[in-house]
Amino acid sequence: MTKVFPDAAAALKGLLRDDMLIAAGGFGLCGVPERLIDAVEVSGASGLTIASNNAGLDGQGLGKLLCSRQIRKMIASYVGDNKEFERQYLVGELEVEFSPQGTLAERMRSGGAGIPGFYTKTGVGTLVAEGKPTMLFDGEEYILERGIVADLALVKGWKADTAGNMVFRKTARNFNVPAAQCGRICVAEVEEIVAPGTLGADAVHLPGIYVHRLICGAPYDKPIEFRTTRKQDAT
Amino acid sequence: MAWTRDQMAARAARELREGDFVNLGIGIPTLVANHVPEGMTVTLQSENGMLGIGPFPFEGEEDADLINAGKQTISELPQSTYFDSAQSFAMIRGGKIDLTVLGAMEISQGGDIANWMIPGKMIKGMGGAMDLVAGVKRIVVVMEHCARDGSPKFLPACTLPLTGRNVVNIIITDLAVFDRPDHQSPFRLIEAAPGVTTDDVAARTTASFVY
Repeated sequence: MTKVFPDAAAALKGLLRDDMLIAAGGFGLCGVPERLIDAVEVSGASGLTIASNNAGLDGQGLGKLLCSRQIRKMIASYVGDNKEFERQYLVGELEVEFSPQGTLAERMRSGGAGIPGFYTKTGVGTLVAEGKPTMLFDGEEYILERGIVADLALVKGWKADTAGNMVFRKTARNFNVPAAQCGRICVAEVEEIVAPGTLGADAVHLPGIYVHRLICGAPYDKPIEFRTTRKQDAT
Repeated sequence: MAWTRDQMAARAARELREGDFVNLGIGIPTLVANHVPEGMTVTLQSENGMLGIGPFPFEGEEDADLINAGKQTISELPQSTYFDSAQSFAMIRGGKIDLTVLGAMEISQGGDIANWMIPGKMIKGMGGAMDLVAGVKRIVVVMEHCARDGSPKFLPACTLPLTGRNVVNIIITDLAVFDRPDHQSPFRLIEAAPGVTTDDVAARTTASFVY
């Protein structure tokens, strides 16, 4: 049984339905599963709940699914870069659950690791703690956060072998590992698919057990949100 | 008179210690990297999954896969490492980071910090700030002393939703520096910008502090 599919639509066939929970990797525009998001847009699946650190930019990444009104609820830590998000939220068209960035990453990791909840100090005494059980450990207060198990995970890697073993490049790894871990099914897009043995068993960042379907999404144009540089003569 | 943004960043850099692992927030805190004392080894952590942030890349060498938490292009160092977001916040929450420098909209005299939302108006989210103030050993805040309308930002109690309760160690504004030795003590005014008097600071502060 091959994990490799010809394109995003083929890889998502039979997996999308209305009102499902999707976890997506990416940080800003870095390491975003853009081909798979495009295919979700084309599918028309709606009422989606998306767990992702950010919500893309207007018309980019998950921003596309916001513009097409396919997202009912976002679980995210930072959405400050998206005007359409702000508009939909402030007029009450979009439900938002803010989850601190580290809490969100751990909710995905733990959900995928069979841990339905964990205690954390993050958010104690803030709106994030409202309605959540608390516990004292060694005299300090912690709040209970729930693990996330997603119906579907969408991730972007650098290279994968045909067994689904993946490596990521630089800071594009970000939420892709915990998102993949928390999916009942994980579909991944990569820049290159290679033969087993090519990546080096010690060098794999995400073992293939977490990756069920795979496409090569190349070529990528890789947008940069803020291009900051120094001059050649600077130290 | 008042310190510039760069002078505030330079003052924050004086809180760095040899060997520190440091996370810098977005805005003025990012400038702190330009003021690490010569010869001091400080490792900068970026919560999107990197230890050992290098300087901005040379023109033409920008890499879309290599950004900081402010989504700016950066470069790597020989000792840099990359990891996923869960690992990144395990370091932060687990107390492995020595110091963080953050911006703020309000700080209370009890060390509360608010910097993530204005109800009904601005909705950005907390990003990693709540995790940082909960897990990092020493929390340095760098902010303008007053808001644009002149209202004080160092207050008896925060009016905005909190990012963390009783977590701030040092406050550096364009007018003054406040420090406290522990989370039970009041903040003490320990420095003022050139030509700024204690009375000037008190006139622009509603929080109670000692000096």
